[in-house]
Amino acid sequence: MNENAILIPLFVVVPLAGAFLIALLGRRFSFLPDLLGSLVTLVLLGLSLAAVRVVYFDSMLVYPLGGWKAPIGITLVMDGLTSFMLATTNVVAFSIAIYARDYMEGYTSKGMFYSLFLLMLAGMNGVIVAGDIFNLFVFLEIAAVSSYALVAFGTERHALEAAFKYAVMGTMGSLFILLGIVLLYGLTSTLNMADMSHMLSFKDDQNLILMVCVLFLMGFGLKSALVPFHAWLPDAHPSAPAPISAMLSGILIKSLGVYALVRIFFHVIGMTSTLSSILMFLGVLSMMVGVLLAIGQWDLKRLLAYHSISQVGYVVFAIGLGTPLGLMAGLFHLFNHSIFKSLLFLNSGAVEYATGTRDLKKMGGLQKKMPVTSGTCFVASLSIAGIPPFNGFWSKLIIIIAAVKAGHPIYAIWAVLASILTLASFMKVMKYAFLGELRNKWQEVKEVPVFMQGAMISLALICMLGGVLILSGVEDVFLKPAAMTLVEGFNYSGMVFRNQ
Amino acid sequence: MIYILCLILFCVGIYGVLGKRNLIKMIVGITIAEHAVLLFFILLGYRNNGRAPILSEEVLITQMVDPIPQALVLTAIVIGLGSTALLIALAMRLYGKYGTYDIAKIKELRG
Amino acid sequence: MNKEQAPGMSIIVKTVSRFTAWLILLYGIYIVLHGHVSPGGGFAGGVIIALSFINLILAYGKNKVLNKLSERWVGLCESTGALLFLTIALLGLTGGYFFKNFLPAGEPFHLFSGGSIPLAYIAISFKVWAGLLAIFIALTVLRIDNEEK
Repeated sequence: MNENAILIPLFVVVPLAGAFLIALLGRRFSFLPDLLGSLVTLVLLGLSLAAVRVVYFDSMLVYPLGGWKAPIGITLVMDGLTSFMLATTNVVAFSIAIYARDYMEGYTSKGMFYSLFLLMLAGMNGVIVAGDIFNLFVFLEIAAVSSYALVAFGTERHALEAAFKYAVMGTMGSLFILLGIVLLYGLTSTLNMADMSHMLSFKDDQNLILMVCVLFLMGFGLKSALVPFHAWLPDAHPSAPAPISAMLSGILIKSLGVYALVRIFFHVIGMTSTLSSILMFLGVLSMMVGVLLAIGQWDLKRLLAYHSISQVGYVVFAIGLGTPLGLMAGLFHLFNHSIFKSLLFLNSGAVEYATGTRDLKKMGGLQKKMPVTSGTCFVASLSIAGIPPFNGFWSKLIIIIAAVKAGHPIYAIWAVLASILTLASFMKVMKYAFLGELRNKWQEVKEVPVFMQGAMISLALICMLGGVLILSGVEDVFLKPAAMTLVEGFNYSGMVFRNQ
Repeated sequence: MIYILCLILFCVGIYGVLGKRNLIKMIVGITIAEHAVLLFFILLGYRNNGRAPILSEEVLITQMVDPIPQALVLTAIVIGLGSTALLIALAMRLYGKYGTYDIAKIKELRG
Repeated sequence: MNKEQAPGMSIIVKTVSRFTAWLILLYGIYIVLHGHVSPGGGFAGGVIIALSFINLILAYGKNKVLNKLSERWVGLCESTGALLFLTIALLGLTGGYFFKNFLPAGEPFHLFSGGSIPLAYIAISFKVWAGLLAIFIALTVLRIDNEEK
């Protein structure tokens, strides 16, 4: 075992320790929740960047818990895809923890908020590093239940109703995932993902494996809001407080939904052409339905939530293509969407903090009073619409090129159409919220406090410099290892056993 | 046989979630469906003429039923407990705000 | 009319639960400590310990019990249990791996065998009973606030 592999359990231990320390001492020392929240996410950011560097030199790290080696023991695995997702998650989590210092002043208990937030972060990190399918389920449930509680944090009418709907649908999705895990255990009699893929290559029970695939598509599709299973997202994401909306929309639907789906389909079950075409179809459907429903919205956060559905459709479509270029484009778009969607939600939270409303018809001309917010919103809108030279343009361009190269030109035309409609709806947002005449009742509006501005500016900087990630030198460090692990597919199990 | 009964229990739970309008009945439906899946999981681990998987001096390991599903079901029951407790707390707060447990009347978010 | 004013249940229930609550508590502690020898362990034992406290709350009314055991202590016990569990797992690092069993394992079927597993069970039982008691108090106190509104 590599000595660097001690890094892997720290991703789960550090936020868990932080969460329980805040729960224990948060009432006594009132400065503690802010300090510990920011400190823990900063430590995690440093660890994830170190992880990217470590994986660049040794390609896969495996950490057996307690010394029991696979297939008997529980293992934590870090390969290229893991370090990519960890970096994405922790960068956004750090910005949101800084933003929440000032935004959550108006809510009842900041200590409880930071405790639940760190618990959710521990769950998400655990899903990403888990090498064992039942541990993946347990961490998924930890993150999901914390997110149900966080959506209801404001305890207003709409927040409670949205949280209840989200909780019922989320629990049903988890039940389908559990049923799929049960059937896979019955088929292979092991729970370690590497060993399971090894066993599945010998079994030939096609009907049962097809049923397991359908169950996982339903369960993880509900967690990642693909189109037939998206009904909870437009209610849950607007009603949550703004940092939680950013966390949910930026990371949770990708870490719990898309990442787990991709890990199980590519490494454990093995990608077939049927699965590829189903993923592509669901992706394109999500793209179009999301953006068509978003154009008519007048509530700012609801519009952003529908756009989340559409952009996750892009990611799933690109991953469903299956070619190395498509996989790399999909993962790059996943990273980009985390950054600019979180930035957009933080902007809408800043507007709500300053003016108290989310309705686009009531806003107008806020650019004069809130220059930082409108500047970063402008950057994020151009990114999501795919205007050069921001990062959204590069990822959407490579997705469309990969689609045409793989022989699906019709889907590429749908992708371009969705991109044009996205641009139209964000021009509407900019026009109604920031440009135009300042109304009389907004004359007293001030810019948001310093920490919120800092978080938004840092995310906007990453948006502007994001195109650097596909230059040939930088690409080898960050994106290529992630895409290559997915291309390996079944070799995953051999590599895990060799690196123990 | 007995697995079909687990499926019937699961369908009863899903009927509770989809077909009933009271919030508390939906929560009960979710609990029933969850316990049906866990029951199925334990029944999968049965070996013919097996004994309970507790180590003692008389019973050999080869005669025991599979212990892994039992450990995992314990974990899943705890997860279900946490989820149900949160749902009940949400339902009680909803009653305090809206005054009704009927989901057809709690419909303010639409579009 | 007298029934609404006197909290708790009738005098038969109060007298019997004064005896049985301790027995239930003892049984729960037995299940926690023998978790590595007989079925049970941290979670099941923790639930039974919580039930003994809930038994007292149901029999005597919320005010009398919560004056002796305030909600602050329950929250404290819960977080302490979780942190103790994390500490035991981190101490396994001294044996070389995270969460390794680092205490010497005695002979099987004895009480002091199994390494650090009984200590982990004790930590888990703290968290479970405090957590269940906190859930019960939150749900019942909240209900009374709603009705007064």
